[in-house]
Amino acid sequence: MTAHAFFFYFFSFIAVVSAIMVTVSRNTVHSVFFLILDFISISSLFIMIGAEFLGMIMLIVYVGAVAVLFLFVVMMLNVAKQENTWFKSSTNSAHIPIGLLVGIIIFFEVIIVIGGWKYKPDLTSKITLSDITNTHSIGNVLYTDYIHLFQLSGMVLLVAMIGAIVLTFRKRDGLKRQSYFKQLARERNDGVSLVEVKSNEGIKIDD
Amino acid sequence: MDYVYSLISETYKILFLLLPLLTAVAMIVWLDRRVWAFVQKRRGPNVVGPFGLFQSLADALKYIFKEIIIPASSNKVVFILAPITTMTLALISWAVIPFSEDFVLSDINVGILYLFAISSLGVYGIIMGGWASNSKYPFLGAIRSAAQMVSYEVSIGVIIINVLLCVGSLNLTDIVLAQEKIWFIIPLFPMFVIFFISALAETNRPPFDLPEAEAELVAGYQTEYSGMMYAMFWLGEYANILLMCAMGSILFLGGWISPIDSYPFNLIPPTLWFIFKILLLFVLFALVKAIVPRYRYDQLMKLGWKIFLPFSLIWVVLTAGFLLYFDLLPKV
Repeated sequence: MTAHAFFFYFFSFIAVVSAIMVTVSRNTVHSVFFLILDFISISSLFIMIGAEFLGMIMLIVYVGAVAVLFLFVVMMLNVAKQENTWFKSSTNSAHIPIGLLVGIIIFFEVIIVIGGWKYKPDLTSKITLSDITNTHSIGNVLYTDYIHLFQLSGMVLLVAMIGAIVLTFRKRDGLKRQSYFKQLARERNDGVSLVEVKSNEGIKIDD
Repeated sequence: MDYVYSLISETYKILFLLLPLLTAVAMIVWLDRRVWAFVQKRRGPNVVGPFGLFQSLADALKYIFKEIIIPASSNKVVFILAPITTMTLALISWAVIPFSEDFVLSDINVGILYLFAISSLGVYGIIMGGWASNSKYPFLGAIRSAAQMVSYEVSIGVIIINVLLCVGSLNLTDIVLAQEKIWFIIPLFPMFVIFFISALAETNRPPFDLPEAEAELVAGYQTEYSGMMYAMFWLGEYANILLMCAMGSILFLGGWISPIDSYPFNLIPPTLWFIFKILLLFVLFALVKAIVPRYRYDQLMKLGWKIFLPFSLIWVVLTAGFLLYFDLLPKV
């Protein structure tokens, strides 16, 4: 039991410290690295309470895909000059009150959720975890009782994805695209033609 | 006292796995170069030791004694962390690989998810190395490789779903045991082909080695690295390739199960069968490197998103429909 407690405090300490470092660190890329460390320690905490499926999915989705895209975007900004000035300058601090407001709202939401959990004990899972793995139990709940919510969230994500593609898609002119079918269907007569060129007049190619 | 005892025994087991693995990685580099040379009618490394077997050891010695140069304008902490990350991630994934029914370091419930998660973390070593070098070619290489690895992970994930539909468990031992009657390469052959190609892209092997395309980017993300740090990138890369081969043989080639369950084949221990299958896949990897020319970047993206992803998704629907119709779905 002592080893369990030791590892719990170890991972939660890293999680809290790296969460603070995400906001405090001067370099934006370092912030993303701390965010990744935070995700990893939280997924370790998930694994420690026996939710190994959630822990692994957390690693795959957040660390393996989402954070890579974060890093991708942040690195595209100017690397050398990108510095966090929120805690240095006194002039440009208009977003601190807004951030505080959002933080306070999230804090109260968490309190309400935990309170509801405490006073309504039947909100917690009814499935005993003794004989089946938690992958099976999540599947059993997700695809039977909550199938409509599950499908609905899938649809929301799909719409968001299509929206993002539509917003950023633009057709550019003067761009040569490769078409495999055209390329393979091309024959000698399409590409080569024999032309009589008159002397001193030349010929116009590729109009 | 119990903790100390289990700590020592676990350390012993880990060393028993890791030391042969690192030796195997060194040997596999030699095999790769030999196969490459034979395809091109050259001799390859054949001077150091019998058949040049000790070439990798000589190379490793050379790397150890070289100076490690850290560029002045680099981000030093991240620069040093990058090869360590690559190497560590390549080695820890071997913890769940079952070499035979009772020879596995940690037989966890979600083994295949663990493998998938660790291999999706592998991109960080490359991104960190490319960014921390603070130089143009490594940065371009890192950006390319981030996009490439994220794209091909998607299709590998869908292929894994195909196999899992037939198994009904995320445990790697269960996945192998489910193939005792028939290896999954026979019913899921198109998925095996796509898995193989995606594994090439995931490990940045030719023809998808755009992150380190030497004609365009010098050496991509590892341009600024030297000495042992470069060697660590290199070891991690080959350990990852071996891991992908192991994953392919567990998912499709029946892991440690012998092809014919009768007298002469029974004598060979299961672990040897597993290693033999890994080697077979690796020789395929090496042959592809020698035979196929490098892809253009837009072709690479098109192949991943517009061909592999839809095709493997359709195959998921077909597999699920087939299993449901003939009532073959695994019972929980």
